[in-house]
Amino acid sequence: MEGDIAQLGQYIGAGLAGIGSGASAIGVGHVAGNFLSGALRNPSAAAGQTATLFIGIAFAEALGIFSFLVALLLMFAV
Amino acid sequence: MATEEHSEGAGLAFHPMDQFIVKPLFGGDTVHWYTPTNVTLWMAITVLVIFLLLVVGTRGRATIPSRVQSIAELAYGFVHKMVEDVTGKDALKYFPYIMTLFMFIVFSNFLGLLPLAFTTTSHIAVTATLALAVFLSVTILGFVKNGAAFLGLFWVSSAPLALRPILAVIELISYFVRPVSHSVRLMGNMMAGHAVIKVFAGFAAVAVISPVSVLAVTAMYGLEVLVAFIQAYVFTILTCVYLRDALHPSH
Repeated sequence: MEGDIAQLGQYIGAGLAGIGSGASAIGVGHVAGNFLSGALRNPSAAAGQTATLFIGIAFAEALGIFSFLVALLLMFAV
Repeated sequence: MATEEHSEGAGLAFHPMDQFIVKPLFGGDTVHWYTPTNVTLWMAITVLVIFLLLVVGTRGRATIPSRVQSIAELAYGFVHKMVEDVTGKDALKYFPYIMTLFMFIVFSNFLGLLPLAFTTTSHIAVTATLALAVFLSVTILGFVKNGAAFLGLFWVSSAPLALRPILAVIELISYFVRPVSHSVRLMGNMMAGHAVIKVFAGFAAVAVISPVSVLAVTAMYGLEVLVAFIQAYVFTILTCVYLRDALHPSH
C-alpha cells in the first residue's frame, strides 16, 4: 500500500464530508415531518403548501449537496 | 486516481463514475466545442422527445384529447399553475421560458434513467449553464423592471435599523450563492443517484450478496424515478421564486 500523506488526507476528508449528508438528511426529515404533522391537523390547507414544502426541502438539501460536492472535489479535483 | 482503482478493484468490474465520461460520437479522443459527443446526442434526443410530445402530440387539437395530447396538456397545466401560484399572474408572460426549462430538465432526467443512456443533467457544465441563464436573466429583469429599487431586495426594511447593514451583507451573499446551489443541487442529485445504482450493480459480481444487490438496484431505481421528477420540479419552482423576487423586490 503506497501513497502519500496528502492522499490519505483526501480520502479522510472525503469520508468526513459524508457527515454533512447525514446532517442534511436530519434537516430534510425535520421539514417533511413538520409539514406532515401540520397537514394532518388541517388537511384542507395542506394542498396549497406543497410548493413551500418543496422549497424548504430544497434549501435543507442544498447544504447536504454542498458536502457531497466537497467530497467529489477532494476525490477527483484536488 | 480513478484508473488505479479500476485495475485493482476487487469484484467491482467497472468504476461507478465511468458512466459520466464524455465521449466523442465518431471516434477520436479530443473534445472540442464543436465535437458531437454523447452529451449532444442525448440533448438532441431530449429535444426531439419534447417536440414529439408537445408539437406532434397536440397537432390534432382535439376537444376530446388523445392520450399523448392529454399528457401534454397535463404538463402545460402543471407548469402554468406553478407559475401562477408562486410568482403571480403578472409573471405569466415569462411562462414559456419556465416551461422550456421544466420540460428540458424533466426529460433529461427521465431519459437518463434508461439503461445505457447518458444523463446530461449529471454534468455541472449543463446545469450551471441553465442556472446561470436563470440568474442573469432574473437579475437583468429585476433592474429593468424596478431600476435602483431592485436593490431594496437586500435592504430588509422590516428589520431594526441597526441590523440592516449586517442583513444586507448576508442577503447579498445568499443572492450570489443562488446559481451555485441551483446548479449543484440538480447535478449532485442526478450524479449521486446514478453512481449509487452503479455501486450496487458492482456488488452483483459477488455471488453471495447478488440477490441483495438486485433488490437494492430495483429500490434505488424506484427512488431515482421519484428524484428525477422532484429535482426538475424544484429547479422550476426555485426559478419561479427568483422571478418573484425580481418582479416584487420589496420584502
